[in-house]
Amino acid sequence: MNYLPYAVAAWLFLVGLYGVTSSRNLIHLIMCVGVIQSSSYVLLLAIGYRVGGVAPVFVDIPANSRAVDPVVQALMLTDIVVEVAVTALLLGLAVQVHKRHGTLNPDRLTKISG
Amino acid sequence: MTRKVRRVFILISAAALAWVFFLAYRPLPPLGFVHSQYGDLVNAITVPERHITDAVSAVNFDVRAFDTLGEEFILFTSVMGVLVLMRRQSDEPAGHHEDKAPGRTVPPASDAVRVTALLLVAPAMLFGLYIVVHGQVSPGGGFQGGVILASAPVLVYLCSEYAEFRRVLSMRLAEVSEAAGAATYILMGLVSLGLGGMFLENLLPLGRSGTLTSGGMVPFIDVGVGLEVGGGLSLALLAYLEELVEEKEQ
Repeated sequence: MNYLPYAVAAWLFLVGLYGVTSSRNLIHLIMCVGVIQSSSYVLLLAIGYRVGGVAPVFVDIPANSRAVDPVVQALMLTDIVVEVAVTALLLGLAVQVHKRHGTLNPDRLTKISG
Repeated sequence: MTRKVRRVFILISAAALAWVFFLAYRPLPPLGFVHSQYGDLVNAITVPERHITDAVSAVNFDVRAFDTLGEEFILFTSVMGVLVLMRRQSDEPAGHHEDKAPGRTVPPASDAVRVTALLLVAPAMLFGLYIVVHGQVSPGGGFQGGVILASAPVLVYLCSEYAEFRRVLSMRLAEVSEAAGAATYILMGLVSLGLGGMFLENLLPLGRSGTLTSGGMVPFIDVGVGLEVGGGLSLALLAYLEELVEEKEQ
């Protein structure tokens, strides 16, 4: 049980990687990149977890309550912002690919032009 | 390389990678019993010294405010990248997509979708603003609230026509909002410099913990980030929808 979040993070990474490498559609591929990235959320949150800790929000609990690590949670927020940025750019690239080659299947995108 | 051969390669590599994960995780301490001193320190000072009740916001906009400036500009740059990518280019081949079914029309949105979206527009705006301005008090802040704010024009798009959507959300509005948001963040840094501190040092009066005016500079940065994220995501959305509409017209 102690290692379950680590196992989940590894599983998400591997299953996302499998999706990326076996994908037949660029949109699906971009979503798989998102799955890979979500493994880092699980890992970060797992690292910050404390047994018996509450969420680090001290509105209605004493300021000295035992809380989980807020630093990794802030890092995870950064992570999500990066994922949004990456997904937006990749989808833009997919639109351009479709315009220029008429297909989103990576297997059929073999022509190189420059 | 056929798909089958490739799949074998992938599975072998994935198994190797899984083994590496296992080796890397095995020496880690059991979950929940080790924590960083930095995290404990932030938890200890956030209310007594910084008057911010949400420790995550304290990390993002007070302790690590400079890093979050970089984070904000990641989003800013990527929105610019999307706008550049979606721009109509002169050498683009027109029409002809081999995977497009001819004569297929998009069905109009059902009444249930329209009514639900219409009912949700105002609550989404209000909720977005609430999350933006309460960043220093409860979970939330500029990033989260900005995304909720950007969802309001999407709801307008769902419950009405594209023209109506464009009337609610103009390119200019989204641009100004994004630029003003990004500028606010930098201005707050300059305010710190003007007050004799370091860039983005929180020197404004800290107020009473748990209230809207607590946290000194944090609420101002939150509003700036909210504008930036809301405007930026709306801009990206506009760029994508514009593309869609142009294709439909062809």
